[in-house]
Amino acid sequence: MVPITTFHYLVVAAALFVLGVIGVLTRRNVVIILMSIELILNAVTLNLVAFSRMWGNLHGQLFAIFIVVDAAAEAAVGLGILIAFFRNKETVNVDEIDLLKW
Amino acid sequence: MNSALNSGMAPVATPWFFYSLAGLAVISGVLVITRRNAVHSALALIVTLLSVAGLYLMLYAPFVAGVQIIVYAGGIMVLFLFVIMLVNIDRSSKERRFNRIWPIGLTASCALLALFVSAILKGKTLLNDPITGKPMWPDPMGKLAESSNTQQIASMLYGEVNKVGQYRMGEYTFAFEIASLLLLVAILGAVIMTKKKI
Repeated sequence: MVPITTFHYLVVAAALFVLGVIGVLTRRNVVIILMSIELILNAVTLNLVAFSRMWGNLHGQLFAIFIVVDAAAEAAVGLGILIAFFRNKETVNVDEIDLLKW
Repeated sequence: MNSALNSGMAPVATPWFFYSLAGLAVISGVLVITRRNAVHSALALIVTLLSVAGLYLMLYAPFVAGVQIIVYAGGIMVLFLFVIMLVNIDRSSKERRFNRIWPIGLTASCALLALFVSAILKGKTLLNDPITGKPMWPDPMGKLAESSNTQQIASMLYGEVNKVGQYRMGEYTFAFEIASLLLLVAILGAVIMTKKKI
């Protein structure tokens, strides 16, 4: 059996990233779009940790932890915006969020 | 330790673990973006996060795996589930899931996937050690993992966590403080956004 190396982790991360991009581009529900963004962030974090292992140092893991912090901040603010929006328009569909479009 | 090596113990980090965790992550990732009910998507996302945490453990990153489980699966997903309960999912679960331009989005994503695949395949040699030509993949704990001496593995993993903490409080102190400031701003932003009248 082929030993697992960085290459395999890169493939998995690319698959997760593309799944997240598909979710962002095609779904209508804002909550699921935010979840897809979490998928994308996870893919990037997986890449960083894999490269950290490849180079044999821990800088990638530190970056991964900071990305998790960033994801928490992003989720808090994004969901706050979502609740504020839902209070005004009673919808969570992105294609009905068109107040700035004319 | 030698006897443990000779007794034919299977190594901890077998490729099978990797393939099953990666498959679980990708399959539940597909479920995240295809389920009609947002709660189901959230549950599938939890499975993805936990299997990615397992992949971190296979990369000898126990601290990142723990952070992943505690912060992501424990914190962020609870936030998501609360918001799903606050907003009205009955209406959106009856409507169509994908927007009108989904073929364009899917095509663009497939183009992105093709780009990734070609980049990974073309850059594969960059992952090799320039001297030996073999994939660069140092395995400081591989021998220990095969030895099945759990105490030694535990102390080695503890050393990794220790080093991560030293980096964070040493070289990355400034970034750490900035991250705490970012979280403070995010908390304030979330409160101000959700308040009816400020």
